[in-house]
Amino acid sequence: MTLQNRNGDKEASPITLRLKEPTSIPIEADTVSPDHFIGRSLKDIAALPVYFGRRKRNLGDVFHIEGEESDQVIVEGDLAHVKKIGYGMTRGRIVIRGNVGQHTGACMRGGEIIVEGHVADRAGIHMEGGRLWIKGNAGHLLGAAYPGERRGVNRGVIIVEGNVGSETGAFMRRGLIVVMGDTGEFVGARMIAGSVFVFGHLGKRAGAGMKRGSIVAFGACEPLLPTYRFESVFQPVFIRVFVNRLRQWGLPVNIERTEGLFRRYSGDITALGKGEILIYDSNE
Amino acid sequence: MIGIIGGRVFDPMNGINGTIQDIWIKGGKIVSQEEVDPQKARRIDASGQVVMPGGVDLHSHISGAKANAGRKLCPEDSRRLIRARTGFFRSGSGYTVPSTHLTGYLYAEMGYTTVMEAASAPLVARHTHEELQDIPIIDKGVLITMGNNHFIMKCIQNGEMEKARDYVAWLLEASKGFGIKIVNPGGVENWKYGKNVQNLEDEVIGFGVTPRRILSALARIREELKLPHPPHIHGLSLGRSGNADITVETIKSMEGIDAHFCHIQFMSYGGKPGEFPKSAAVKVAQAVTENPHITVDVGQVLFGPATTMTSDAPFEFSLSRKIGAKWVNNDLESESGGGVVPLTYKRNDPVHSTMWSIGLELFLLIEDPWRVYLTTDHPNAGPFSGYPEVIRMLMDRDFRAQEFEKIHKKAMKNSILPELNREYTLNEIAIITRAGPAKRLGLKNKGHLGVGADADITVYANLENKAEMFAHPAWVIKDGEVVVRDGKLIREQLGRTLYVSPSYEKAIEKDIRAHFDNSYTVSFENYPIAPEHIGPSEKLTCD
Ligand SMILES: [Zn+2]
Repeated sequence: MTLQNRNGDKEASPITLRLKEPTSIPIEADTVSPDHFIGRSLKDIAALPVYFGRRKRNLGDVFHIEGEESDQVIVEGDLAHVKKIGYGMTRGRIVIRGNVGQHTGACMRGGEIIVEGHVADRAGIHMEGGRLWIKGNAGHLLGAAYPGERRGVNRGVIIVEGNVGSETGAFMRRGLIVVMGDTGEFVGARMIAGSVFVFGHLGKRAGAGMKRGSIVAFGACEPLLPTYRFESVFQPVFIRVFVNRLRQWGLPVNIERTEGLFRRYSGDITALGKGEILIYDSNE
Repeated sequence: MIGIIGGRVFDPMNGINGTIQDIWIKGGKIVSQEEVDPQKARRIDASGQVVMPGGVDLHSHISGAKANAGRKLCPEDSRRLIRARTGFFRSGSGYTVPSTHLTGYLYAEMGYTTVMEAASAPLVARHTHEELQDIPIIDKGVLITMGNNHFIMKCIQNGEMEKARDYVAWLLEASKGFGIKIVNPGGVENWKYGKNVQNLEDEVIGFGVTPRRILSALARIREELKLPHPPHIHGLSLGRSGNADITVETIKSMEGIDAHFCHIQFMSYGGKPGEFPKSAAVKVAQAVTENPHITVDVGQVLFGPATTMTSDAPFEFSLSRKIGAKWVNNDLESESGGGVVPLTYKRNDPVHSTMWSIGLELFLLIEDPWRVYLTTDHPNAGPFSGYPEVIRMLMDRDFRAQEFEKIHKKAMKNSILPELNREYTLNEIAIITRAGPAKRLGLKNKGHLGVGADADITVYANLENKAEMFAHPAWVIKDGEVVVRDGKLIREQLGRTLYVSPSYEKAIEKDIRAHFDNSYTVSFENYPIAPEHIGPSEKLTCD
């Protein structure tokens, strides 16, 4: 993925942040976001606050920062303990070159985050717009909700090329999550609406307590909960529409599968019961 | 020694209404000018500013079992307000149920210096006190729930009124309580059988007593024990359409005996049960006006998140079913019950908008400010941090009209709010936020600035925007120490726990011990809280 905007215009060189030294101390870097960088000189950006463990530091203490004013941001280094990158961002793009810590893209409302490695738990939690593209694996609670909240992701797209942990898309209200690999348990638990596409293996107890929405299993799948009822076998048109767009974005989606038949199960009848799980049947 | 110089002083208890005068402080008390050496005293220039006694909140749920159940049930509430540790001050979180230290900071920053925890069952009072000790700066006390207490109901059933009186005195001493709280008398006991009480004559299962008898017995006991605060009553059918009739009937049933009715906004609904509530503020305000021994606090609804928590367990159950929210139910053995349900009040909800309007109508219709006090039944109708906004709505008719335009049309249609032109004066605000509640709580040293009073003082910049003015006082002084300077918290200190200890016939302990042996999970010996267990405290005399 190159740093070109959609119109192909030439852009200012991005702002690059390189972690000065690897650390196991958690860094809360919610200021690493185009929203905070726009309109600030490098010096001002370096003065933005981050929490290094329990101590308040400046961004410049933790990262080497270079580039010119831009809403394009590149973050490099061993970022496994750097949390909250892109928190609440509304515009621009962040490219993370490597693995990154928890809460990446949490509450984001616009723009794009591309993670070239793996992300830890709670990526894209409470997302309200924009696109979060993860080339590696994601942890638990991807696109889910914080404890106690009744509504999670409300618009936006999350794409994971690898595998994901448990509770992906839990409490989701709107939006799309695409997982190319396998999932943990409780995908779409207590989902209110929205769509989760799983191309790998769909884990146990998918859609537990789901009210509305769609979980689509293109690959193998664990037995569903007994509170899901088989309804029919059909060829859903909307899947083709979605998949066309995914292919346009460059995702290697197996086109044959999307044109095949799907078994539709409705549930969860312990909740509202208007949700569905679609499982790829065959292309007969 | 401190002198607060040249401020406009509002001290309604002493009849001072906006006069420019100096206030002198020595040894944590307010003293006359002769007692200080003006050369040595630290001078605070209050010219152009408004000086009032520290705020007094007589009904707020800040501590104990219910507050903790609220915190545990609602981790999302912790994310709504987060304060990092700064210097001497601790970190904290929680918007509708702030953590202990944060509660103290938020009250102090708002100029409040005394807060009454509105309800604790005696069985869990130890926990309530432990948390109160962790709430810094403010003075506090606990009202003890007694309206569904087996021992008391048994005494009433057998006509043993002296025994009931001695037990109440013992219970207040054992729990280090400040006064008698009555919540849905008999209804919480009946809830243990899946039932409730609908009116004053309904029978309490297993005791043969009625809500009316419980109320009048406890009101008389309060008189006999000469407790500083009258029974603090949360009546029947809270939150139900048509409950205004029973509220009026309950007010009348007090027959001239002192009583305080809390959060009456929740008790002033017209219409038929199960249907859309209409405002019955006129009816309830009239009953309050006609019964001069009755005082009320409002429980004003604020739009936004709230956490309902009350000993009225059946109410919490029906609320959770109605709105599909998470719910905690609590059983307190032979004493009480309780429940917690989170709730967000929305402008676009006709019922919530109606509740909002009823609260303001009550404030404006009850003419005597000494008998109506500012509360939001924190955190039931909204957090206490919303008081400044309520003050602005009471003082500023145009702002009120502007807010009224935003509520749900259906609520607008039924409201008389646009016809109420009254605007509270600063003096009246001083009454409903400090002088009135302090007087009603029987706190002789609080809520006023006369010589001998506790030096709990708040100094406000006199701003046009009253919400802004009351949210961020310039100076707050507690026990003679400056805790807020230039709107910033600068000092943390311990507050005192206020409690009563009325005398009783010691022979009663034999009966109470037998009651414990028969029906409690704790032993009689382990039940009472020792005075040294509650930290800095002040025992109020009963006379
Ligand atoms: Zn209350």
